[in-house]
Amino acid sequence: MSDTATLETTAPQAKVKQITVVQALNAAIDEAMAADEGVILLGEDVAAKQGGGVFKVSSGLSEKYGEHRIRATPISEQAIMGACVGAALAGMRPIAEIMLMNFVTVAMDQIVNHAAKLRFMSGGQTNVPMVIRTTTGVGVGFGGQHSDMLEAWFAHVPGLKIVTPSNAADAKGLMRSAIECNDPVIFIENILCYGLKSDDPGADYRVPLGKAAIAREGSDVTLITYGRTVLDTLEVAETLAGEGVSVEVIDLRTIAPYDEPTVTASVRKTGRAVVLHEAVRSYGTGAEIASRLHESLFNDLKAPVQRIGGAFSAVPMASVLEQAWIPNKDEITAAIRTTLDWKR
Amino acid sequence: MSIDREKLLDIYTRTMKVARFDEKMRSLLMSGKLATIYYTMRGQELVTSAMMAALNQDDYLVTTYRGQHDQIAKGVPLDLLIAEIAGRATGTCKGKGGSMHITHPATGVMVTTGVVGSGLPIANGLALSSQNKKDGKVTVTCFGDGATNIGAFHEAMNMAQLYKLPVIFFCQNNHYGEHTAFADHTKVDSIVTRAAAYGMKGVKVDGNDAVAMYAAAKEAVDRARAGDGPTLIEAMCYRMMGHFFGADFSYMPPEHIEEMKAEDPLPKLNALMLEHQFPQAELDAIVAGLEAELEAAVEFAFASAYPDADEIRKDVFEEEIAA
Ligand SMILES: Cc1ncc(C[n+]2csc(CCOP(=O)(O)OP(=O)(O)O)c2C)c(N)n1
Ligand SMILES: [Mg+2]
Repeated sequence: MSDTATLETTAPQAKVKQITVVQALNAAIDEAMAADEGVILLGEDVAAKQGGGVFKVSSGLSEKYGEHRIRATPISEQAIMGACVGAALAGMRPIAEIMLMNFVTVAMDQIVNHAAKLRFMSGGQTNVPMVIRTTTGVGVGFGGQHSDMLEAWFAHVPGLKIVTPSNAADAKGLMRSAIECNDPVIFIENILCYGLKSDDPGADYRVPLGKAAIAREGSDVTLITYGRTVLDTLEVAETLAGEGVSVEVIDLRTIAPYDEPTVTASVRKTGRAVVLHEAVRSYGTGAEIASRLHESLFNDLKAPVQRIGGAFSAVPMASVLEQAWIPNKDEITAAIRTTLDWKR
Repeated sequence: MSIDREKLLDIYTRTMKVARFDEKMRSLLMSGKLATIYYTMRGQELVTSAMMAALNQDDYLVTTYRGQHDQIAKGVPLDLLIAEIAGRATGTCKGKGGSMHITHPATGVMVTTGVVGSGLPIANGLALSSQNKKDGKVTVTCFGDGATNIGAFHEAMNMAQLYKLPVIFFCQNNHYGEHTAFADHTKVDSIVTRAAAYGMKGVKVDGNDAVAMYAAAKEAVDRARAGDGPTLIEAMCYRMMGHFFGADFSYMPPEHIEEMKAEDPLPKLNALMLEHQFPQAELDAIVAGLEAELEAAVEFAFASAYPDADEIRKDVFEEEIAA
């Protein structure tokens, strides 16, 4: 793509179409369904009769591909997940839409004991190329059972990949790659990001799994995060740039297995790191990343790796409490300053 | 009800293959030559043989830890099966699965699960794939009476009927879930009554009656293949030993033990074969042939190497995990 861009520098600038995260996801699934009969989607309320899904991600698809491929299901998460596991074993590429991430918990057996392990337990005779799409997010007042980020639960299970986009272009590219992956992928969407717009990356766009993005280059400290908190981090980085602090922001995009080479190289360069996620801080994926950085870069680090995450309580409903719960820009700034001010 | 002689002989052969295998496994375990968890199917050899005899080789099967009879009756080769149970690299799953996780897609055995009830939702997915692809395959999922009280059973039954999937829910009701008798875990008289709750066809059958069991299986398979939807089959049978090999079963009341001895499918089937004019010598010759196959399989398994330690890094993902 960049080659084309340089060739066309003299051509008049065409106005690039903007798409939202919802449109990006819809387009990626649409393209995948057009390309492969085996791509199907199962979930509650997903077909035309039900309005194309609660968040409209499957809008227009059942009309185009039929209700045998966009299957509206009963409220039966175990049955949805199991059906996707079975269809995947038979060579299809099913997508399970689980309305909210907390509801994934009622289908844990199918994910943890089956989807994740069948390739291994069968000695590689079978595999489970399915995508588990789900959404969540703190900040809309949904309270304790509709807001959790549970990626660490899944990151702990060998055999699962976990992906989350922070923008529409990545949403499109990661979704295409997730559908094409020959192993189960948990695709976490964030309710608060659904309306975000990016330049449309065009048809058949893919973002490889396992590759992080350097969302902003910097030299003093590396901020490692993913999903919605990438936005907060970029704002903080911009503010601190005014003070002469250069923050490198890494958007992991694939949470597990994460792009360790990119993360390690960046922290080797900056000597300082902060890991941030919306999920509860304790026992979170940030602990794993921080620990690996300490193991591999102990002598290069100018300060201990800092971790920021959600508070250790259920996500509260009242806005003041919710805002107190969620990691905010002040905390990010403070963590960065801690690494900068560290004295051995 | 009648059955053609060729089909009856087929069922007999499958049944005896299971029976000889099971006896051999128990003797290997007893002598200490084999040390593994093994869920004997003694008493359930016939019920599954009659079911599998109604299927094609490429039809799908999803079964459970107590599933070696289902796998053998479906056609999994004894040598690969025993090598897997013995944890050898030549086993169906390179020794990574074991008796509770036998997989052999070549004979349609797609999943064996050690989690009660979890096979049913997966069977729906296999059947859904057949429905979409119109490949004409039927999926059978085996489970016990105890499994009908887990949520997955109910979710799967409802979804299967909703989509009219080509799937057969094959419940081998052996009167016990681990140590708990049927009446102590379920308050309906029969599992098959639960089919009505989902608008599904349900059939209760004496699983130790080869003719009746095959007829029920055949009808369900024909319906599924014709696109007429799923069937719940409740096949009555007995688990003639403990929950797993070596487990105590003194909790079974003496009347139950008497009843199950009287219903032992092996002598019953032999008598039926004689009734159908198969000479005992012919039956004995079949068993002798199976014995030879079994001995060779055991020899193959024990002569096979154990898997390499680096198998731990393979098959987690498509790409190998770095050392
Ligand atoms: C979800 C779950 N709960 C408990 C167990 C332990 N467990 C293994 S077998 C079994 C009994 C199942 O009985 P049934 O479904 O009748 O099958 P059977 O063993 O009689 O063939 C139990 C409780 C399990 N494997 N999975
Ligand atoms: Mg039972």
